[in-house]
Amino acid sequence: MEMPAPNASVLSRKDQIVARLKEVLPANSVISDESQTRAYECDALTAYKCPPLCAILPANTDEVSAALKVCHEMGVPVVPRGSGTSLAGGALPTADCVILGVAKMNGVIETNYADRYIKVQSGRTNLSVTGAVEAEGFFYAPDPSSQLACAIAGNIAMNSGGAHCLKYGVTTNNLMGVTMVMMDGTIVDVGGAHLDAAGLDVLGVICGSEGQLGVVTEATLRILHKPEGARPVLMGYDSAETAGQVVSDIIKAGILPVAIEYMDEMLIGVCEDFSGAGYPECEALLIVEVEGSEAEIDDQLARITNIAAKHNPVELREAQSPDEAARIWAGRKAAFSAIGKISDYMCLDGTIPVSSLPYVLKRIGEMSKHYGLGVGNVFHAGDGNMHPLILYDANKPGDLEICEEFGAEVLKLCVEVGGCLTGEHGVGIEKRDLMNVQYDPADLEAQMAIKDVFDPNWLLNAAKVFPLASSEPRRAA
Amino acid sequence: MPPRVRAPQDIFEQKKTDMTPKTEAELAEMIAAANGPLRIKGGGTRPIGRTTGEELRTSSLSGISLYEPGALTIVAGAGTPLSDIEKTLAKENQRLAFEPMDHRPLLGTTGEPTLGGMAAANVSGPRRIAVGACRDFMLGVRRVDGAGTIIKNGGRVMKNVTGYDLVKLMTGAYGTLGVLTEVSLKVLPDVETMGTVMLHGLPDDRAIAALSTALGSPFEATGAAHFPKSKFGEPLTMIRVEGFEASVTYRAQKLRDLLNGYGDAEIAVGATEGPGSAEGWKWVRDAAAFADQPGDVWRVSVKPSEAAAIAARMSANAVQYDWGGGLIWALADAGHDLRGAIGPFDGHATLIRGIADVPVFQPEPPALATLTKGLRAKFDPRGILNPGIMT
Repeated sequence: MEMPAPNASVLSRKDQIVARLKEVLPANSVISDESQTRAYECDALTAYKCPPLCAILPANTDEVSAALKVCHEMGVPVVPRGSGTSLAGGALPTADCVILGVAKMNGVIETNYADRYIKVQSGRTNLSVTGAVEAEGFFYAPDPSSQLACAIAGNIAMNSGGAHCLKYGVTTNNLMGVTMVMMDGTIVDVGGAHLDAAGLDVLGVICGSEGQLGVVTEATLRILHKPEGARPVLMGYDSAETAGQVVSDIIKAGILPVAIEYMDEMLIGVCEDFSGAGYPECEALLIVEVEGSEAEIDDQLARITNIAAKHNPVELREAQSPDEAARIWAGRKAAFSAIGKISDYMCLDGTIPVSSLPYVLKRIGEMSKHYGLGVGNVFHAGDGNMHPLILYDANKPGDLEICEEFGAEVLKLCVEVGGCLTGEHGVGIEKRDLMNVQYDPADLEAQMAIKDVFDPNWLLNAAKVFPLASSEPRRAA
Repeated sequence: MPPRVRAPQDIFEQKKTDMTPKTEAELAEMIAAANGPLRIKGGGTRPIGRTTGEELRTSSLSGISLYEPGALTIVAGAGTPLSDIEKTLAKENQRLAFEPMDHRPLLGTTGEPTLGGMAAANVSGPRRIAVGACRDFMLGVRRVDGAGTIIKNGGRVMKNVTGYDLVKLMTGAYGTLGVLTEVSLKVLPDVETMGTVMLHGLPDDRAIAALSTALGSPFEATGAAHFPKSKFGEPLTMIRVEGFEASVTYRAQKLRDLLNGYGDAEIAVGATEGPGSAEGWKWVRDAAAFADQPGDVWRVSVKPSEAAAIAARMSANAVQYDWGGGLIWALADAGHDLRGAIGPFDGHATLIRGIADVPVFQPEPPALATLTKGLRAKFDPRGILNPGIMT
């Protein structure tokens, strides 16, 4: 993956830049020593690394504003960073950039149960947002797999999803307002404790803008009361077609489960070895979860198992105890770590229309043979969000490149069948150069025009999202 | 409705300036060639905001191009009548879950609401409080911007973070950033039945507290409204639950128990008439109580716990609450500056109907206004698309 050459003028002014930043931030919030900036050299897309010019850790909105003003005046690129869990390289530095980390901004500003929102600083982790309200029975719905570590700032930047968004939506559907600092230091408040925008839905375009429009420092998030209970059912089938049909039939029957997860044969085996969840040996496994009271769960599961049984399942099993339910989920949630134990892998994130599932899986299988690399598939089946995991050997020269080529072919296939490149991880650098597959030049131009309004000098995270050739005239200006 | 048969002389009289494009490409040419402001018209049932210009009709950009019930997705031209969409969905037992309001009774308009008009005005209803607004169900849009460029964003799949989300930006932009040509929506299964829990005689602040309690429970209320003065004279507070019948009955009873401190609740499950029926909720959705009343009508989005105090400051003649108090519909004297009467508050007020000599939309704070002005300048540099409609 190519990155633009660093700006030599910025590199040569490192000492002045650090000195100016130290004027507006506490000394220990400015990290410029090369032994320490290395900690920020990559995010969870670890194949790419580059230490930044320096890193800053402001503690509040005013400090962010003061620091960005300095960077703006001095023409220094800035890469915002949540917790660094991006799988797409969204927080990958350039050598001439200041990494703006939000880790120190992790406080709760306000909880309001009557109006059902929480206002937090954006460095707070996803899971600790729920942690702040769960004593009152509430939770924050979006639940990316990295929720223990990932920050709300990153969730907003990437519009993160999770396993339960079939029912609860993704970040943008649960975000009510932000305080954002723009590259020139201007602080702007968008939205709040009320619903919908007064005018244009600017909040809607901020969410998912991958840190290219501004740095979100505070967020108002919708919280919900937890359901009375939840229970998964596990079903195994001997073909992807059948499993796909079951998903479609469940949805068409008017049942909206909170999650429908799909795993293929390879992942079933790996996750079973890892978690001992009691997964059957079969080609396709579905985990379907419903919520409500005991009686409501019984009723919904009866409807679901009734549909499932019509398609000759290899296995059909309701969780009989909370422990069994936990183990069923533990296997799925551990999919990435389980596969990480046996191989290096690249996780893709394309979304497809659910009806294309069997065809897409078949094609991925053919590609796997062609490229000589193994692949496993986990899939948010209710909403078509695939996660093919391509296995490669990082120590074998050329393997990463083959893996990337394979990945690109899979993503092109997703677009070809009517889907998209990324459902919840974001574009970052990983899918940047494939944007032309999904969008025409005019479509990309319209998106870049948005950035022109928010960040006219293209200093914020500028080497991401758009193909370098498309953004070059703006970045060079 | 049968297709309108055009008499031969009608075609003969059709002027060169007829602005009813039949294709997206034709629309793009028309906009590129336009030398003055254009007033974009879908079904013409929601004349919200003030603008001028030659009428540009989207009615011919019509038709459902894709509907996959198993994938909960529908794609259609912007000029497609909403009733066609709803009928098609109903055949598969599905619906537009955000419950778009029908503005015709309140605004005294006729004609057929269109998909594009609904999207352009981000029209939702009582269920917005539970499932989200129109913007939350928008998966993709195609549009022609003010320079005549065809632009697409989003797509037809439910999860999509590929590039910036211009879909939400276009939803509720009243056509000012581009004329919508095609819309993709997420749809949801329809429900087996609904139930309404009703409380009587509560003052506004107590009623909103009751609604907050219901919405903050695990029982998934999908509607939460309060009428200080109902059709029947006395205050009426309504909470809706939906789903399979046993579940609806169970949750309605749970809510009644939970709200015990607010009085004896009445429960209606599967009612076909009265305030607890689907008709009753349509009445909430359409602010129908104000339809035949003279005066200006305002729609005010607020923090629910501040709603009663804000309503008290409005000097309105009547109010009703939806979204658990978060949405106030107010009927005021013609010309009354209701926004001025409220003073500064967390939220926004829109003049939906009336003559008050004030901005129709809530003026934005300066930093935000700079951004929205910049966005409009990018996508409509000549300022010809519904100029001034959102001021």
